[in-house]
Amino acid sequence: MAKQVSTPLYQQLLDRFDGGLAIAQQAEPAFLKNARLQAQDSFRNLGFPSTRVEDWKYTNIAPFLKNNYSLDHEHAVLHENTLDAAIIEGLDCYKLVLLNGKLMATGYKEQLPSFIKIRPMAEAKEEAGFQKYFGKQIELEKYHLAALNTASFSDGFFIEVNANANLDKPLHIVHTFSADKDLFVQPRHLIIAHRGASLDVIESVVSDNNAAKMFVNSLSEVVVEENANVNHYVLQTAQEGLRLISHTEVSQKRDSVYSNYTFSLPSAELLRNNLHINLDSEHTESHLYGLYLGADHQLVDNHTFMNHRLAHCESNEIYKGVLLENATGVFNGKVYVHQDAQKTNAFQQNNNLLLSTKATINSKPQLEIFADDVKCSHGSTIGQLSQEALFYLQSRGISEDSARALLVTAFAFDVTEKIKIPELEVYINKLINHHIPANQEMIKI
Amino acid sequence: MLSIKNLHAEIEEKKILKGISLDIKPGEVHAIMGPNGSGKSTLSSVLAGRENYTVTEGEVLFEGKDLLDMAPEVRAREGLFLAFQYPVEIPGVSNINFLRTALNEIREYRGLPALEAKEFLKLTKDRQKLVEFDTKLINRSLNEGFSGGEKKRNEILQLAMLEPKLSILDETDSGLDIDALRIVSNGVNKLRNEHNAFVIITHYQRLLEYIVPDYVHVLYNGRIVKSGTKELALELEEKGYDWLKESYSETESVK
Repeated sequence: MAKQVSTPLYQQLLDRFDGGLAIAQQAEPAFLKNARLQAQDSFRNLGFPSTRVEDWKYTNIAPFLKNNYSLDHEHAVLHENTLDAAIIEGLDCYKLVLLNGKLMATGYKEQLPSFIKIRPMAEAKEEAGFQKYFGKQIELEKYHLAALNTASFSDGFFIEVNANANLDKPLHIVHTFSADKDLFVQPRHLIIAHRGASLDVIESVVSDNNAAKMFVNSLSEVVVEENANVNHYVLQTAQEGLRLISHTEVSQKRDSVYSNYTFSLPSAELLRNNLHINLDSEHTESHLYGLYLGADHQLVDNHTFMNHRLAHCESNEIYKGVLLENATGVFNGKVYVHQDAQKTNAFQQNNNLLLSTKATINSKPQLEIFADDVKCSHGSTIGQLSQEALFYLQSRGISEDSARALLVTAFAFDVTEKIKIPELEVYINKLINHHIPANQEMIKI
Repeated sequence: MLSIKNLHAEIEEKKILKGISLDIKPGEVHAIMGPNGSGKSTLSSVLAGRENYTVTEGEVLFEGKDLLDMAPEVRAREGLFLAFQYPVEIPGVSNINFLRTALNEIREYRGLPALEAKEFLKLTKDRQKLVEFDTKLINRSLNEGFSGGEKKRNEILQLAMLEPKLSILDETDSGLDIDALRIVSNGVNKLRNEHNAFVIITHYQRLLEYIVPDYVHVLYNGRIVKSGTKELALELEEKGYDWLKESYSETESVK
């Protein structure tokens, strides 16, 4: 049992499986009920992962499970300034707002074109798309928190874009989290882009600055059908009290393009992103761009998994990390090339800047290649700001703080330049600048 | 404008500058020559405020203010400029953004408002012509992938933009072909006026044919061992630096 974290929360959750939850789930379709039962078994076996589990070696979630979390969040109130934190200046977009994983009725149906369908997850269970795609990709017996989510999620969003439809503006989904007592939430989402559809989604994660702690175990599934194109932006800017485990399971069909841009910024205590891309057909293209900027005592962990199942697929991954103060970063990039995945091109790069003597980074590229005719590369670096570059900028009248911010922005440029929405790029660069603190004691080379 | 008195400096406890004194007035161009390892680049680094050098003795006044007391960016804002021997490549910082940031921080220090985008572009265009700087390069990352000549021209472009009172050109001529040398020199000559001053640090006399100095100083073993006018540069070109070693290494060993 050493691979499990021992916590009263575990028992509390198991009790729910058989109690109130079972009643609530009675009306659900049979396939979902089966999936839930299977997931319950998995979680019962797996429990919460300890650092003895390889995938959690550098991320100890035990301290975050000690709170006496409430599993009920009916009384949450959304604060206006929490929502404001997610505003991207000048961006023309469609907007959805969720509070603690539940869609808020803010007239989203009226503003959206008819070719895009949006439902609360709780009301989507009869949808053909839901029945076809829900839970098809995730290996529940391997992923502790995905199993727990599947067993006991109650709500989230369901989005379906019709074939050949092109959403003219980005869809900005704002996940807000708010609680006045410690809370455990499990949102579940599903995005389906049908054949030839194209969609830009921006997901912002923000939270109230309350003393209450919120543990969010979120699971999203994204289906990118033949020839569809999805740009998926994730911006994590929540406050300190948030502990977020976010699992995103993507499946791609032939000729599809999926691009994920994940920005993990201060101040959530724990950010753990599991991003899995399953290439289920030939001729797909995937881009994973990530930037994590950790400050204070943040623990920011990005685990990506590029699952090359079939031939002629291309994946490209760049993750950049900047660690300040006492922050800890983890990057684990797994690329798995199956025997059938000949002619795979898989590229991965992870670069890190350590800007404080107390910050930590654990970077682990992980390539497993079983095909013999592939091009795969990976690289990982950890470094500090160049003193020579700092001096050069200062010698032109630029203050040390501005010079440092310029250099960090430049370091992040490989990722930020990939953002296809100019307003979003400006927003991200502003956030980066904002978080590069003045007069910090920096490591000198 | 600049007054150096008995300047001693060392790096990692190795003494490099051993008592330099020099006075520079507005409108003057001083050339500092000398063999490798004589302390030329150390002098420019100490003046610009590079961190790894320690000044152990002496003082430097810039327009009456203690230069050594200022952070590198303050020296720049006060009007000191160092054209680097090896300009740094900074991927991801665009040349134009860098210039705007630098110019506006300097203007702010001097109590001037930031330049409007239009004015800034006009100024940039104007100064670009001065050093025949390719417009394509202005939008590229700072010095990234620039040729040696392009980097040096970029230094002079920055000089032209920031309009310093005192410019130190640290071996700006090294590695330049004759065309680049001509362009860089022309730029400097056009920027020369009675209010500013230049210190040209060079190993070779060649540059001084284009930028004619008022004074030439020979630096050897951390000291200025000889000062004169532009004819001294020609003499050095003819005789090389070996005679210095004979004349001055003895005094060193006696000491």
